[in-house]
Amino acid sequence: MDDLLLQVRQGRPRAIARLITLVENSETAAETAVTALYSATGQAHIIGITGPPGSGKSTLVNELAKEFRRQDRRVAIIAVDPSSPFTGGALLGDRVRMRDLAGDTGIFIRSMASRGSLGGLAEATAGAVKILDAAGFPVILVETVGAGQAEVDIANAAHTTLVIEAPGMGDDIQTFKAGILEIADILVVNKADRPGADRTIQALELMLHMGEGSATRHHGRLLSTPDNGPTADGAWQIPVQATTATQGKGIPELVVDIQRHYAYLQASGVWLEREKERSRRELERLLQARLLRQLQVTVAPDRREALVTAVAAREMDPYTAVTELFAHLSPSKQAGA
Amino acid sequence: MTEEQRTPRILIGKPGLDGHDRGAKVVARALRDAGMEVIYTGLRQTPEMIVEAALQEDVDAIGLSILSGAHLPLTERVMALLRENDMADVPVFLGGIIPADDLPALEALGVTGVFGPGASTEEIVALVRGAVERG
Repeated sequence: MDDLLLQVRQGRPRAIARLITLVENSETAAETAVTALYSATGQAHIIGITGPPGSGKSTLVNELAKEFRRQDRRVAIIAVDPSSPFTGGALLGDRVRMRDLAGDTGIFIRSMASRGSLGGLAEATAGAVKILDAAGFPVILVETVGAGQAEVDIANAAHTTLVIEAPGMGDDIQTFKAGILEIADILVVNKADRPGADRTIQALELMLHMGEGSATRHHGRLLSTPDNGPTADGAWQIPVQATTATQGKGIPELVVDIQRHYAYLQASGVWLEREKERSRRELERLLQARLLRQLQVTVAPDRREALVTAVAAREMDPYTAVTELFAHLSPSKQAGA
Repeated sequence: MTEEQRTPRILIGKPGLDGHDRGAKVVARALRDAGMEVIYTGLRQTPEMIVEAALQEDVDAIGLSILSGAHLPLTERVMALLRENDMADVPVFLGGIIPADDLPALEALGVTGVFGPGASTEEIVALVRGAVERG
């Protein structure tokens, strides 16, 4: 493992690939890897790309990667696709749209199955991002599963979140709903050569205008007017960028938006705020997992099963059952044990 | 290190210039339904592209679909690249129109299994699973 970690730090693709597999499959490996690599992370600009299936995320990622490569920046890509809830199998097809990137040693692409996670990413995505960060990739693009309305995990995993829409995906009421549009730092209307693109752009801009002055706070930032660039008071204004990824149109402009957002994050201190929020959530998640494991060790399986049966039979309510389970974890109980 | 839930990862690629990917898609689908994670790379891949993807994706097996008749040189190149990248232990399967006369040569190259048009998906799934578990 030490050898592997060293090779990851040197940016060796085979080692990176192997470590990601280990982290995907084993919580113990994830702990070892993150413990060893964590001090070397925090350098990369993590960019999330989300949006409905068929909106062109993979094609857009392909074009973004090419644009970053023109600036001579190395790019890592994590592309998440759904696992079958029935068989656990998955068809990971995002590479089909990324064939332009083959043969470039400055690019590393990893497909990842969601393996039961519902937030648009996989459980191991955060670990894989850390590995790629520690391996020295300055830009990491994370493409989520085709996301509808509620898959918003990417907002916590990325510094800059792009929400991709395509024309003809619904009327303007869709743009008022809570969820995925709220997490956008940059809105992208892809397939802008299709009929109806203007209307989609207008609907999104209207949605952003309606938020103007209402000072909706989200992760400590203002959701505000659609005019480009930070305002006088320094708040980020979400741009709506039209692209036709299949022709590379709008891509240089989109990369400018992404880099402007990076500059804004750094200058405003929001970068640190987001890192802190992400760390908070990560600690909570790890703590939950560890408490659950501790519980499984502390309370005998048949006792746990008896509580489940009692709750199912309405002999006990779920809150009382959890209180009883939790009593096994309290310090006084452990001290006495 | 514990491997609590090792899910097999299989790359399905089509090297060469023929444009018929139905067979590759059927096999990809069958492996998916058998609970494996299939990385599908699409048409017209070079051996270099396939091995690069296999390396980055850290796959447990590679399936090549070749209907162009160029299976011998393409497979030879893929096997050589795998050796160069210290990946000679990754089993390679072949599907497509492969004359029986070429089977010994493919075996000599280190190919684990060859499936012609008559092969059932059950057979393919079983062989891939067996090879992955041995590895």
